[in-house]
Amino acid sequence: MHEMNELSTFWFVTIGAIKVLAVFTVVMVVVAYMTLAERRVSAFIQDRLGPNRVGPFGLLQPIADGLKNIIKEETMPGTAAKLYFVLGPALAIMPAVVTFAVIPFAAPLPTPVGTVDMVVADVPIGILYILALSSLAVYGIVLSGWASNNKYAFLGGLRASAQMISYEVALGLSVIAVLLLIGNVTLTEAVWQQQQLGMWFILPLSLAFIFFLISALAETNRLPFDMPEAESELITGYHTEYSAMKFSMFFIAEYAHVVTASGLLATLFLGGWDIPFWTGDDMFRHETGWIRGFDAAGAPIPATPSVLITLLTLGAFCVKTGFFLLLYIWIRWTLPRFRYDQVMHLGWKIMLPGSLGYIMLVAGTMLVLDQLGVPFGLLYGGVLTVVSGITTLAFIFFVDRDRVIGGAHRKIKVARRHVPAAPKSPGGPAASS
Amino acid sequence: MAISVKVMRRPEVGRTSYMRATLKGMSLTFKHMVNPTKVTLQYPEDQPDLHPRWRGTHRMEVHADGRPKCVACGLCPTVCPANCIRLVGGEDDQGNRYPIVYEIDEFRCIFCGMCQEVCPVEAIHVGRHFENAEYSRDRFVYDLDRLMEQDHPTTLLWDPSDSRSE
Repeated sequence: MHEMNELSTFWFVTIGAIKVLAVFTVVMVVVAYMTLAERRVSAFIQDRLGPNRVGPFGLLQPIADGLKNIIKEETMPGTAAKLYFVLGPALAIMPAVVTFAVIPFAAPLPTPVGTVDMVVADVPIGILYILALSSLAVYGIVLSGWASNNKYAFLGGLRASAQMISYEVALGLSVIAVLLLIGNVTLTEAVWQQQQLGMWFILPLSLAFIFFLISALAETNRLPFDMPEAESELITGYHTEYSAMKFSMFFIAEYAHVVTASGLLATLFLGGWDIPFWTGDDMFRHETGWIRGFDAAGAPIPATPSVLITLLTLGAFCVKTGFFLLLYIWIRWTLPRFRYDQVMHLGWKIMLPGSLGYIMLVAGTMLVLDQLGVPFGLLYGGVLTVVSGITTLAFIFFVDRDRVIGGAHRKIKVARRHVPAAPKSPGGPAASS
Repeated sequence: MAISVKVMRRPEVGRTSYMRATLKGMSLTFKHMVNPTKVTLQYPEDQPDLHPRWRGTHRMEVHADGRPKCVACGLCPTVCPANCIRLVGGEDDQGNRYPIVYEIDEFRCIFCGMCQEVCPVEAIHVGRHFENAEYSRDRFVYDLDRLMEQDHPTTLLWDPSDSRSE
Protein backbone atom coordinates (compact mmCIF):
# COMPACT_ATOMS: atom_id res chain seq x y z
CA MET A 1 0.00 0.00 0.00
CA HIS A 2 1.20 3.45 -0.88
CA GLU A 3 2.34 5.27 2.22
CA MET A 4 0.23 8.14 3.45
CA ASN A 5 2.71 10.86 2.68
CA GLU A 6 1.43 13.66 4.90
CA LEU A 7 2.75 17.18 4.62
CA SER A 8 4.48 18.71 7.60
CA THR A 9 2.86 21.85 9.00
CA PHE A 10 5.48 24.08 7.41
CA TRP A 11 4.99 22.61 3.98
CA PHE A 12 1.22 22.55 4.40
CA VAL A 13 1.21 26.31 4.98
CA THR A 14 3.76 27.05 2.28
CA ILE A 15 2.11 24.91 -0.36
CA GLY A 16 -1.28 26.23 0.73
CA ALA A 17 -0.09 29.77 0.08
CA ILE A 18 1.30 28.75 -3.30
CA LYS A 19 -1.99 27.10 -4.19
CA VAL A 20 -3.96 30.18 -3.17
CA LEU A 21 -1.76 32.39 -5.34
CA ALA A 22 -1.79 30.00 -8.27
CA VAL A 23 -5.55 29.40 -8.23
CA PHE A 24 -6.33 33.09 -7.76
CA THR A 25 -4.04 34.00 -10.64
CA VAL A 26 -5.46 31.32 -12.91
CA VAL A 27 -9.06 32.28 -12.09
CA MET A 28 -8.30 35.95 -12.76
CA VAL A 29 -6.62 35.13 -16.06
CA VAL A 30 -9.55 32.91 -17.04
CA VAL A 31 -11.90 35.74 -16.09
CA ALA A 32 -9.92 38.17 -18.24
CA TYR A 33 -10.01 35.81 -21.17
CA MET A 34 -13.69 35.08 -20.59
CA THR A 35 -14.37 38.71 -21.45
CA LEU A 36 -12.45 38.24 -24.66
CA ALA A 37 -14.10 34.86 -25.35
CA GLU A 38 -17.49 36.41 -24.73
CA ARG A 39 -16.85 39.11 -27.30
CA ARG A 40 -15.23 36.79 -29.82
CA VAL A 41 -17.86 34.03 -29.55
CA SER A 42 -20.71 36.52 -29.65
CA ALA A 43 -19.10 37.99 -32.75
CA PHE A 44 -18.81 34.58 -34.37
CA ILE A 45 -22.42 33.84 -33.54
CA GLN A 46 -23.40 37.08 -35.24
CA ASP A 47 -21.14 36.37 -38.25
CA ARG A 48 -18.66 39.03 -37.17
CA LEU A 49 -15.00 38.72 -36.23
CA GLY A 50 -14.87 40.50 -32.90
CA PRO A 51 -11.82 42.18 -31.36
CA ASN A 52 -8.77 40.80 -33.18
CA ARG A 53 -6.49 43.81 -33.30
CA VAL A 54 -4.53 43.77 -30.04
CA GLY A 55 -1.97 41.00 -30.32
CA PRO A 56 -2.42 37.77 -32.28
CA PHE A 57 -6.14 36.92 -32.55
CA GLY A 58 -6.83 39.78 -30.14
CA LEU A 59 -5.25 37.84 -27.30
CA LEU A 60 -3.91 40.98 -25.61
CA GLN A 61 -7.32 42.66 -25.63
CA PRO A 62 -8.02 41.93 -21.93
CA ILE A 63 -4.76 43.66 -21.01
CA ALA A 64 -5.71 46.68 -23.08
CA ASP A 65 -9.16 46.70 -21.46
CA GLY A 66 -7.67 46.45 -18.00
CA LEU A 67 -5.23 49.27 -18.70
CA LYS A 68 -8.05 51.41 -20.02
CA ASN A 69 -10.21 50.76 -16.99
CA ILE A 70 -7.39 51.60 -14.60
CA ILE A 71 -6.55 54.94 -16.18
CA LYS A 72 -10.16 56.00 -16.72
CA GLU A 73 -11.70 58.65 -14.51
CA GLU A 74 -13.62 57.40 -11.51
CA THR A 75 -16.95 59.15 -11.26
CA MET A 76 -18.99 59.39 -8.11
CA PRO A 77 -22.55 60.72 -8.13
CA GLY A 78 -22.87 63.74 -5.85
CA THR A 79 -25.86 62.26 -4.06
CA ALA A 80 -24.43 58.77 -3.65
CA ALA A 81 -23.94 57.22 -0.24
CA LYS A 82 -20.17 57.29 -0.46
CA LEU A 83 -19.25 54.48 1.91
CA TYR A 84 -21.64 51.95 0.42
CA PHE A 85 -20.97 53.15 -3.10
CA VAL A 86 -17.32 52.22 -2.66
CA LEU A 87 -18.12 49.14 -0.61
CA GLY A 88 -20.47 47.72 -3.27
CA PRO A 89 -17.92 46.56 -5.84
CA ALA A 90 -15.67 45.19 -3.12
CA LEU A 91 -18.53 43.17 -1.66
CA ALA A 92 -19.46 41.93 -5.10
CA ILE A 93 -16.01 40.73 -6.03
CA MET A 94 -15.01 39.19 -2.71
CA PRO A 95 -17.39 36.18 -2.64
CA ALA A 96 -16.85 35.63 -6.34
CA VAL A 97 -13.13 35.05 -6.02
CA VAL A 98 -13.15 33.01 -2.82
CA THR A 99 -15.77 30.44 -3.82
CA PHE A 100 -13.41 28.64 -6.17
CA ALA A 101 -11.30 27.60 -3.18
CA VAL A 102 -13.22 24.39 -2.45
CA ILE A 103 -13.38 23.04 -5.98
CA PRO A 104 -10.89 20.22 -6.58
CA PHE A 105 -9.24 20.70 -9.94
CA ALA A 106 -6.94 17.68 -10.30
CA ALA A 107 -5.86 14.38 -8.77
CA PRO A 108 -3.43 14.65 -5.83
CA LEU A 109 0.09 15.67 -6.81
CA PRO A 110 3.07 13.79 -5.33
CA THR A 111 5.91 16.08 -4.29
CA PRO A 112 9.15 15.34 -2.43
CA VAL A 113 7.63 16.80 0.73
CA GLY A 114 4.37 14.89 0.55
CA THR A 115 1.23 14.40 -1.50
CA VAL A 116 -0.61 17.64 -2.19
CA ASP A 117 -4.37 17.82 -2.65
CA MET A 118 -5.17 19.74 -5.79
CA VAL A 119 -7.75 21.91 -4.11
CA VAL A 120 -7.08 25.15 -2.26
CA ALA A 121 -9.10 24.23 0.81
CA ASP A 122 -10.67 20.80 1.14
CA VAL A 123 -13.05 22.05 3.82
CA PRO A 124 -15.54 19.52 5.18
CA ILE A 125 -18.48 21.82 4.37
CA GLY A 126 -17.54 22.25 0.69
CA ILE A 127 -20.87 22.81 -1.03
CA LEU A 128 -22.40 24.66 1.93
CA TYR A 129 -19.43 27.04 1.81
CA ILE A 130 -20.12 27.77 -1.85
CA LEU A 131 -23.86 28.25 -1.28
CA ALA A 132 -23.23 30.55 1.69
CA LEU A 133 -20.65 32.72 -0.01
CA SER A 134 -22.27 32.93 -3.42
CA SER A 135 -25.46 34.23 -1.84
CA LEU A 136 -23.41 36.95 -0.15
CA ALA A 137 -22.69 38.32 -3.61
CA VAL A 138 -26.18 39.84 -3.72
CA TYR A 139 -25.20 42.27 -0.96
CA GLY A 140 -22.69 43.91 -3.24
CA ILE A 141 -25.31 44.33 -5.94
CA VAL A 142 -28.10 45.55 -3.66
CA LEU A 143 -25.80 47.94 -1.81
CA SER A 144 -24.35 49.43 -4.96
CA GLY A 145 -27.81 49.75 -6.46
CA TRP A 146 -29.10 51.55 -3.40
CA ALA A 147 -26.01 53.68 -2.80
CA SER A 148 -26.02 55.00 -6.37
CA ASN A 149 -29.17 57.02 -5.59
CA ASN A 150 -30.43 56.30 -9.06
CA LYS A 151 -33.84 54.78 -9.73
CA TYR A 152 -32.62 52.37 -12.37
CA ALA A 153 -29.71 51.23 -10.28
CA PHE A 154 -32.08 50.77 -7.36
CA LEU A 155 -34.50 48.72 -9.45
CA GLY A 156 -31.61 46.61 -10.62
CA GLY A 157 -30.55 45.98 -7.05
CA LEU A 158 -34.11 45.07 -6.04
CA ARG A 159 -34.46 42.69 -8.94
CA ALA A 160 -31.10 41.13 -8.12
CA SER A 161 -32.15 40.44 -4.56
CA ALA A 162 -35.50 38.99 -5.57
CA GLN A 163 -33.94 36.82 -8.25
CA MET A 164 -31.05 35.64 -6.11
CA ILE A 165 -33.36 34.63 -3.27
CA SER A 166 -35.74 32.82 -5.63
CA TYR A 167 -33.08 30.83 -7.38
CA GLU A 168 -30.93 30.25 -4.33
CA VAL A 169 -33.75 27.99 -3.13
CA ALA A 170 -33.90 26.00 -6.35
CA LEU A 171 -30.11 25.84 -6.48
CA GLY A 172 -29.87 24.50 -2.96
CA LEU A 173 -32.66 21.99 -3.49
CA SER A 174 -31.18 20.67 -6.73
CA VAL A 175 -27.87 20.21 -4.93
CA ILE A 176 -29.59 18.16 -2.23
CA ALA A 177 -30.26 15.39 -4.75
CA VAL A 178 -26.53 15.30 -5.43
CA LEU A 179 -25.73 15.33 -1.74
CA LEU A 180 -28.03 12.35 -1.22
CA LEU A 181 -25.97 10.37 -3.69
CA ILE A 182 -22.62 11.57 -2.34
CA GLY A 183 -23.60 11.11 1.28
CA ASN A 184 -21.40 14.07 2.15
CA VAL A 185 -20.94 17.74 1.28
CA THR A 186 -17.26 17.90 0.36
CA LEU A 187 -16.48 18.27 -3.29
CA THR A 188 -13.52 15.87 -3.27
CA GLU A 189 -16.01 13.26 -2.09
CA ALA A 190 -18.34 14.24 -4.93
CA VAL A 191 -15.62 13.41 -7.45
CA TRP A 192 -14.77 10.17 -5.60
CA GLN A 193 -18.37 8.96 -5.49
CA GLN A 194 -18.79 9.60 -9.19
CA GLN A 195 -15.69 7.50 -9.81
CA GLN A 196 -17.11 4.77 -7.59
CA LEU A 197 -20.53 4.89 -9.22
CA GLY A 198 -18.87 4.39 -12.59
CA MET A 199 -20.84 7.21 -14.15
CA TRP A 200 -21.11 10.94 -13.83
CA PHE A 201 -24.04 12.34 -11.89
CA ILE A 202 -25.43 14.01 -15.01
CA LEU A 203 -26.93 10.60 -15.89
CA PRO A 204 -28.49 9.42 -12.60
CA LEU A 205 -29.46 12.99 -11.64
CA SER A 206 -30.38 14.47 -15.01
CA LEU A 207 -33.25 16.60 -13.72
CA ALA A 208 -31.12 17.97 -10.89
CA PHE A 209 -28.56 18.90 -13.53
CA ILE A 210 -31.15 20.85 -15.51
CA PHE A 211 -32.39 22.63 -12.40
CA PHE A 212 -28.87 23.38 -11.28
CA LEU A 213 -27.86 24.70 -14.70
CA ILE A 214 -30.87 27.04 -14.84
CA SER A 215 -30.40 28.20 -11.26
CA ALA A 216 -26.70 28.77 -11.84
CA LEU A 217 -27.54 30.93 -14.84
CA ALA A 218 -29.91 32.93 -12.66
CA GLU A 219 -27.47 33.11 -9.76
CA THR A 220 -24.71 34.54 -11.92
CA ASN A 221 -27.12 37.10 -13.45
CA ARG A 222 -26.38 35.89 -16.92
CA LEU A 223 -28.77 36.06 -19.81
CA PRO A 224 -31.51 34.89 -20.06
CA PHE A 225 -31.75 35.89 -16.39
CA ASP A 226 -29.91 39.20 -16.37
CA MET A 227 -32.82 41.06 -14.80
CA PRO A 228 -30.54 43.16 -12.54
CA GLU A 229 -28.72 44.55 -15.59
CA ALA A 230 -31.40 44.52 -18.29
CA GLU A 231 -29.85 47.12 -20.59
CA SER A 232 -33.06 47.81 -22.46
CA GLU A 233 -35.13 48.38 -19.33
CA LEU A 234 -32.77 49.59 -16.61
CA ILE A 235 -29.88 51.07 -18.61
CA THR A 236 -27.44 48.67 -16.98
CA GLY A 237 -29.15 48.27 -13.63
CA TYR A 238 -27.08 48.30 -10.50
CA HIS A 239 -23.81 49.42 -12.10
CA THR A 240 -25.30 52.33 -14.04
CA GLU A 241 -23.42 54.89 -11.95
CA TYR A 242 -20.12 53.06 -11.82
CA SER A 243 -17.18 53.77 -14.05
CA ALA A 244 -13.58 52.72 -14.57
CA MET A 245 -12.20 50.10 -12.22
CA LYS A 246 -15.27 49.94 -9.98
CA PHE A 247 -17.34 48.98 -13.00
CA SER A 248 -14.64 46.53 -13.94
CA MET A 249 -14.96 44.98 -10.47
CA PHE A 250 -18.58 44.06 -11.17
CA PHE A 251 -17.54 42.52 -14.44
CA ILE A 252 -14.75 40.54 -12.83
CA ALA A 253 -17.20 39.43 -10.14
CA GLU A 254 -19.75 38.29 -12.71
CA TYR A 255 -17.21 36.33 -14.70
CA ALA A 256 -15.59 34.89 -11.60
CA HIS A 257 -19.07 33.67 -10.62
CA VAL A 258 -19.43 32.14 -14.05
CA VAL A 259 -16.07 30.39 -13.73
CA THR A 260 -16.96 29.07 -10.28
CA ALA A 261 -20.40 27.95 -11.40
CA SER A 262 -18.86 26.17 -14.37
CA GLY A 263 -16.31 24.48 -12.14
CA LEU A 264 -19.08 23.48 -9.76
CA LEU A 265 -21.25 22.13 -12.56
CA ALA A 266 -18.28 20.14 -13.85
CA THR A 267 -17.50 18.82 -10.37
CA LEU A 268 -21.02 17.91 -9.34
CA PHE A 269 -22.36 16.56 -12.61
CA LEU A 270 -19.47 15.79 -14.96
CA GLY A 271 -17.17 14.01 -12.53
CA GLY A 272 -14.86 16.92 -11.75
CA TRP A 273 -11.30 15.97 -12.71
CA ASP A 274 -12.32 12.36 -13.42
CA ILE A 275 -11.22 11.00 -16.77
CA PRO A 276 -14.08 8.96 -18.27
CA PHE A 277 -13.76 5.21 -18.98
CA TRP A 278 -10.51 4.96 -17.02
CA THR A 279 -10.23 3.89 -13.41
CA GLY A 280 -6.49 4.58 -13.28
CA ASP A 281 -7.09 8.12 -12.11
CA ASP A 282 -9.53 7.27 -9.32
CA MET A 283 -7.98 8.43 -6.10
CA PHE A 284 -9.24 9.23 -2.65
CA ARG A 285 -7.78 9.76 0.78
CA HIS A 286 -8.77 6.70 2.77
CA GLU A 287 -7.80 6.19 6.39
CA THR A 288 -4.87 3.97 5.39
CA GLY A 289 -3.65 5.83 2.34
CA TRP A 290 -4.58 6.73 -1.22
CA ILE A 291 -7.02 4.18 -2.61
CA ARG A 292 -8.52 3.52 -6.00
CA GLY A 293 -11.60 1.71 -4.78
CA PHE A 294 -12.67 -1.43 -2.95
CA ASP A 295 -12.44 -4.98 -4.26
CA ALA A 296 -15.28 -7.50 -4.00
CA ALA A 297 -14.30 -8.42 -0.47
CA GLY A 298 -14.37 -4.79 0.60
CA ALA A 299 -10.62 -4.40 0.95
CA PRO A 300 -9.23 -1.10 -0.32
CA ILE A 301 -7.23 -1.14 -3.57
CA PRO A 302 -4.25 1.18 -3.23
CA ALA A 303 -3.59 3.97 -5.71
CA THR A 304 -0.35 5.71 -6.50
CA PRO A 305 -0.50 9.46 -7.16
CA SER A 306 1.68 10.51 -10.05
CA VAL A 307 2.48 13.78 -11.79
CA LEU A 308 1.19 12.46 -15.10
CA ILE A 309 -2.22 11.58 -13.63
CA THR A 310 -2.38 15.01 -12.00
CA LEU A 311 -1.71 16.72 -15.30
CA LEU A 312 -4.17 14.53 -17.20
CA THR A 313 -6.91 15.09 -14.65
CA LEU A 314 -6.18 18.82 -14.61
CA GLY A 315 -6.67 18.75 -18.36
CA ALA A 316 -9.95 16.86 -17.96
CA PHE A 317 -11.19 19.41 -15.43
CA CYS A 318 -10.22 22.30 -17.70
CA VAL A 319 -12.02 20.74 -20.66
CA LYS A 320 -15.22 20.21 -18.67
CA THR A 321 -15.13 23.68 -17.12
CA GLY A 322 -14.33 25.16 -20.51
CA PHE A 323 -17.33 23.42 -21.97
CA PHE A 324 -19.62 25.03 -19.42
CA LEU A 325 -17.97 28.42 -19.92
CA LEU A 326 -18.67 28.12 -23.62
CA LEU A 327 -22.20 26.96 -22.88
CA TYR A 328 -22.75 30.07 -20.75
CA ILE A 329 -21.67 32.34 -23.59
CA TRP A 330 -23.58 30.32 -26.13
CA ILE A 331 -26.80 30.50 -24.12
CA ARG A 332 -26.33 34.21 -23.55
CA TRP A 333 -26.15 34.98 -27.24
CA THR A 334 -29.04 32.70 -28.13
CA LEU A 335 -31.82 33.38 -25.67
CA PRO A 336 -33.56 36.68 -25.11
CA ARG A 337 -34.16 38.00 -21.62
CA PHE A 338 -37.11 36.72 -19.61
CA ARG A 339 -39.77 39.08 -18.42
CA TYR A 340 -39.60 39.70 -14.69
CA ASP A 341 -42.82 37.83 -13.88
CA GLN A 342 -41.64 34.90 -15.98
CA VAL A 343 -38.45 34.71 -13.95
CA MET A 344 -40.43 34.64 -10.71
CA HIS A 345 -42.94 32.17 -12.14
CA LEU A 346 -40.22 29.79 -13.25
CA GLY A 347 -38.36 30.09 -9.97
CA TRP A 348 -41.16 29.69 -7.47
CA LYS A 349 -43.85 27.73 -9.29
CA ILE A 350 -41.76 25.33 -11.37
CA MET A 351 -38.24 24.97 -10.04
CA LEU A 352 -39.07 24.94 -6.33
CA PRO A 353 -41.82 22.28 -6.33
CA GLY A 354 -40.06 20.44 -9.14
CA SER A 355 -36.80 20.10 -7.28
CA LEU A 356 -38.62 19.23 -4.03
CA GLY A 357 -40.50 16.45 -5.79
CA TYR A 358 -37.31 15.29 -7.44
CA ILE A 359 -35.56 15.01 -4.07
CA MET A 360 -38.40 12.78 -2.89
CA LEU A 361 -38.09 10.66 -6.01
CA VAL A 362 -34.31 10.27 -5.76
CA ALA A 363 -34.48 9.57 -2.04
CA GLY A 364 -37.27 7.00 -2.57
CA THR A 365 -35.38 5.25 -5.36
CA MET A 366 -32.23 5.18 -3.29
CA LEU A 367 -34.12 3.80 -0.33
CA VAL A 368 -35.57 0.98 -2.44
CA LEU A 369 -32.16 0.22 -3.95
CA ASP A 370 -30.49 0.19 -0.54
CA GLN A 371 -33.20 -2.06 0.88
CA LEU A 372 -32.72 -4.45 -2.03
CA GLY A 373 -28.99 -4.46 -1.23
CA VAL A 374 -27.88 -3.19 -4.65
CA PRO A 375 -24.19 -2.27 -4.36
CA PHE A 376 -23.12 1.32 -5.15
CA GLY A 377 -22.02 0.84 -8.73
CA LEU A 378 -23.15 0.68 -12.32
CA LEU A 379 -26.47 -1.12 -11.60
CA TYR A 380 -27.29 1.37 -8.84
CA GLY A 381 -26.53 4.26 -11.13
CA GLY A 382 -28.31 2.61 -14.03
CA VAL A 383 -31.59 2.30 -12.15
CA LEU A 384 -31.33 5.92 -11.04
CA THR A 385 -30.52 6.93 -14.61
CA VAL A 386 -33.64 5.24 -15.94
CA VAL A 387 -35.84 6.74 -13.22
CA SER A 388 -34.35 10.21 -13.68
CA GLY A 389 -34.46 9.99 -17.44
CA ILE A 390 -38.16 9.13 -17.42
CA THR A 391 -38.80 11.91 -14.90
CA THR A 392 -36.86 14.43 -16.97
CA LEU A 393 -38.70 13.53 -20.15
CA ALA A 394 -42.05 13.62 -18.36
CA PHE A 395 -41.14 16.92 -16.74
CA ILE A 396 -40.22 18.47 -20.06
CA PHE A 397 -43.26 16.99 -21.78
CA PHE A 398 -45.86 18.06 -19.23
CA VAL A 399 -44.36 21.28 -17.94
CA ASP A 400 -42.66 22.68 -21.00
CA ARG A 401 -45.73 23.36 -23.10
CA ASP A 402 -46.56 26.90 -22.10
CA ARG A 403 -46.67 26.04 -18.44
CA VAL A 404 -43.03 26.81 -17.68
CA ILE A 405 -43.21 30.39 -18.79
CA GLY A 406 -46.90 31.12 -18.92
CA GLY A 407 -47.08 34.82 -18.25
CA ALA A 408 -49.68 36.78 -20.16
CA HIS A 409 -50.61 33.79 -22.30
CA ARG A 410 -52.20 32.05 -19.36
CA LYS A 411 -55.17 34.41 -19.21
CA ILE A 412 -56.02 33.84 -22.84
CA LYS A 413 -55.86 30.14 -22.34
CA VAL A 414 -58.12 30.14 -19.28
CA ALA A 415 -60.60 32.44 -20.97
CA ARG A 416 -60.75 30.28 -24.06
CA ARG A 417 -61.62 27.24 -22.09
CA HIS A 418 -65.06 28.67 -21.22
CA VAL A 419 -65.83 29.69 -24.77
CA PRO A 420 -67.79 27.07 -26.71
CA ALA A 421 -65.92 25.80 -29.73
CA ALA A 422 -65.86 28.77 -32.07
CA PRO A 423 -65.48 28.32 -35.83
CA LYS A 424 -61.82 28.43 -36.72
CA SER A 425 -60.79 31.87 -37.88
CA PRO A 426 -57.91 32.10 -40.33
CA GLY A 427 -56.11 34.43 -37.93
CA GLY A 428 -55.82 31.73 -35.32
CA PRO A 429 -55.06 32.67 -31.74
CA ALA A 430 -53.46 35.95 -32.81
CA ALA A 431 -56.87 37.26 -33.77
CA SER A 432 -58.28 36.74 -30.30
CA SER A 433 -55.40 38.43 -28.50
CA MET B 1 -51.58 50.87 -52.85
CA ALA B 2 -54.00 49.34 -50.44
CA ILE B 3 -52.83 48.70 -46.92
CA SER B 4 -52.74 45.00 -46.19
CA VAL B 5 -52.33 43.35 -42.80
CA LYS B 6 -50.14 40.33 -42.54
CA VAL B 7 -51.36 37.99 -39.83
CA MET B 8 -48.56 36.04 -38.24
CA ARG B 9 -49.40 32.38 -37.84
CA ARG B 10 -48.19 31.66 -34.34
CA PRO B 11 -48.37 28.23 -32.80
CA GLU B 12 -51.41 27.85 -30.61
CA VAL B 13 -50.89 28.67 -26.95
CA GLY B 14 -50.34 25.47 -25.07
CA ARG B 15 -48.68 23.81 -28.02
CA THR B 16 -45.49 25.79 -27.72
CA SER B 17 -42.45 23.90 -26.58
CA TYR B 18 -39.95 26.33 -25.14
CA MET B 19 -37.44 23.54 -24.75
CA ARG B 20 -37.60 22.67 -28.44
CA ALA B 21 -37.49 26.34 -29.41
CA THR B 22 -34.45 26.83 -27.21
CA LEU B 23 -32.64 23.86 -28.71
CA LYS B 24 -33.49 25.06 -32.21
CA GLY B 25 -32.11 28.47 -31.38
CA MET B 26 -28.98 26.99 -29.88
CA SER B 27 -28.33 24.89 -32.97
CA LEU B 28 -28.86 27.93 -35.17
CA THR B 29 -26.39 30.05 -33.22
CA PHE B 30 -23.93 27.15 -33.20
CA LYS B 31 -24.14 26.90 -36.98
CA HIS B 32 -23.34 30.58 -37.27
CA MET B 33 -20.54 30.28 -34.71
CA VAL B 34 -18.69 27.63 -36.72
CA ASN B 35 -19.54 29.14 -40.09
CA PRO B 36 -16.26 30.56 -41.44
CA THR B 37 -17.99 33.14 -43.64
CA LYS B 38 -17.99 36.40 -41.73
CA VAL B 39 -19.30 39.77 -42.82
CA THR B 40 -16.66 41.90 -41.11
CA LEU B 41 -14.58 44.08 -43.43
CA GLN B 42 -11.04 44.29 -42.02
CA TYR B 43 -11.17 48.00 -42.73
CA PRO B 44 -7.73 49.59 -42.83
CA GLU B 45 -6.33 46.57 -44.70
CA ASP B 46 -9.38 45.85 -46.83
CA GLN B 47 -11.00 48.93 -48.30
CA PRO B 48 -14.73 49.05 -48.91
CA ASP B 49 -15.88 48.77 -52.50
CA LEU B 50 -17.29 52.26 -53.05
CA HIS B 51 -20.09 52.73 -55.51
CA PRO B 52 -19.12 54.67 -58.70
CA ARG B 53 -21.60 57.36 -57.64
CA TRP B 54 -20.28 57.64 -54.09
CA ARG B 55 -19.95 61.35 -53.25
CA GLY B 56 -17.08 62.14 -50.89
CA THR B 57 -14.14 64.49 -50.55
CA HIS B 58 -13.84 67.13 -53.28
CA ARG B 59 -11.01 67.46 -55.73
CA MET B 60 -10.14 70.10 -58.30
CA GLU B 61 -9.09 68.92 -61.76
CA VAL B 62 -5.92 70.51 -63.14
CA HIS B 63 -4.61 71.25 -66.61
CA ALA B 64 -1.47 69.55 -67.90
CA ASP B 65 0.58 72.58 -66.89
CA GLY B 66 -0.69 72.43 -63.33
CA ARG B 67 -3.23 75.27 -63.43
CA PRO B 68 -6.67 74.58 -62.00
CA LYS B 69 -9.38 74.01 -64.58
CA CYS B 70 -11.67 76.35 -62.67
CA VAL B 71 -12.65 79.50 -64.56
CA ALA B 72 -14.17 81.23 -61.49
CA CYS B 73 -17.60 81.46 -63.12
CA GLY B 74 -19.26 81.46 -59.67
CA LEU B 75 -21.84 78.78 -60.44
CA CYS B 76 -20.80 76.36 -57.69
CA PRO B 77 -21.01 78.84 -54.77
CA THR B 78 -24.37 79.91 -56.17
CA VAL B 79 -25.81 76.43 -56.42
CA CYS B 80 -24.29 75.13 -53.19
CA PRO B 81 -27.21 74.52 -50.78
CA ALA B 82 -24.93 74.44 -47.74
CA ASN B 83 -23.14 77.61 -48.76
CA CYS B 84 -19.78 76.03 -48.10
CA ILE B 85 -17.80 77.22 -51.14
CA ARG B 86 -15.95 80.53 -51.02
CA LEU B 87 -14.74 81.77 -54.39
CA VAL B 88 -12.88 84.95 -55.27
CA GLY B 89 -12.26 85.14 -58.98
CA GLY B 90 -9.50 86.98 -60.84
CA GLU B 91 -8.50 87.66 -64.44
CA ASP B 92 -4.99 87.46 -65.97
CA ASP B 93 -3.63 89.76 -68.71
CA GLN B 94 -4.88 87.46 -71.49
CA GLY B 95 -8.39 87.75 -70.09
CA ASN B 96 -8.53 84.20 -68.63
CA ARG B 97 -10.50 84.04 -65.42
CA TYR B 98 -9.01 81.98 -62.60
CA PRO B 99 -9.78 81.50 -58.90
CA ILE B 100 -7.70 83.59 -56.49
CA VAL B 101 -9.38 82.02 -53.48
CA TYR B 102 -11.23 78.74 -53.72
CA GLU B 103 -12.18 77.15 -50.39
CA ILE B 104 -14.56 74.36 -49.50
CA ASP B 105 -15.61 73.86 -45.90
CA GLU B 106 -15.94 70.07 -45.73
CA PHE B 107 -17.77 70.41 -42.40
CA ARG B 108 -20.60 72.43 -43.90
CA CYS B 109 -20.68 70.44 -47.13
CA ILE B 110 -23.57 68.02 -47.39
CA PHE B 111 -21.98 66.14 -50.30
CA CYS B 112 -24.93 66.63 -52.62
CA GLY B 113 -22.60 66.82 -55.63
CA MET B 114 -24.41 69.79 -57.18
CA CYS B 115 -21.12 71.69 -57.56
CA GLN B 116 -19.85 68.93 -59.83
CA GLU B 117 -23.11 68.84 -61.78
CA VAL B 118 -23.18 72.59 -62.33
CA CYS B 119 -19.51 73.08 -63.22
CA PRO B 120 -19.27 74.04 -66.93
CA VAL B 121 -15.60 73.05 -67.29
CA GLU B 122 -15.63 69.89 -65.14
CA ALA B 123 -13.19 71.39 -62.68
CA ILE B 124 -14.67 70.75 -59.22
CA HIS B 125 -15.64 67.17 -58.47
CA VAL B 126 -16.83 65.17 -55.51
CA GLY B 127 -14.82 61.98 -55.15
CA ARG B 128 -14.97 58.33 -54.15
CA HIS B 129 -13.10 58.97 -50.92
CA PHE B 130 -14.15 59.33 -47.30
CA GLU B 131 -11.05 59.26 -45.11
CA ASN B 132 -10.79 62.90 -44.15
CA ALA B 133 -10.26 62.83 -40.40
CA GLU B 134 -8.10 65.61 -38.98
CA TYR B 135 -6.78 66.67 -35.60
CA SER B 136 -8.10 70.25 -35.71
CA ARG B 137 -11.20 71.96 -37.06
CA ASP B 138 -9.41 74.48 -39.27
CA ARG B 139 -7.92 71.65 -41.33
CA PHE B 140 -11.39 70.92 -42.67
CA VAL B 141 -11.48 74.03 -44.83
CA TYR B 142 -9.79 72.80 -48.00
CA ASP B 143 -8.04 75.53 -49.98
CA LEU B 144 -7.31 75.44 -53.68
CA ASP B 145 -3.88 73.78 -53.38
CA ARG B 146 -5.28 71.06 -51.17
CA LEU B 147 -8.18 70.44 -53.54
CA MET B 148 -5.76 70.16 -56.43
CA GLU B 149 -3.56 67.72 -54.53
CA GLN B 150 -6.38 65.19 -54.10
CA ASP B 151 -5.89 62.22 -56.39
CA HIS B 152 -8.80 59.92 -55.55
CA PRO B 153 -11.21 58.81 -58.30
CA THR B 154 -13.98 61.24 -59.02
CA THR B 155 -17.67 60.55 -58.76
CA LEU B 156 -19.66 59.37 -61.73
CA LEU B 157 -22.52 61.76 -62.42
CA TRP B 158 -26.03 60.43 -62.41
CA ASP B 159 -27.18 59.55 -65.90
CA PRO B 160 -30.98 59.56 -66.27
CA SER B 161 -30.81 57.01 -69.08
CA ASP B 162 -28.81 54.67 -66.85
CA SER B 163 -30.41 55.35 -63.50
CA ARG B 164 -28.69 52.45 -61.69
CA SER B 165 -25.22 53.16 -63.15
CA GLU B 166 -24.93 49.75 -64.70
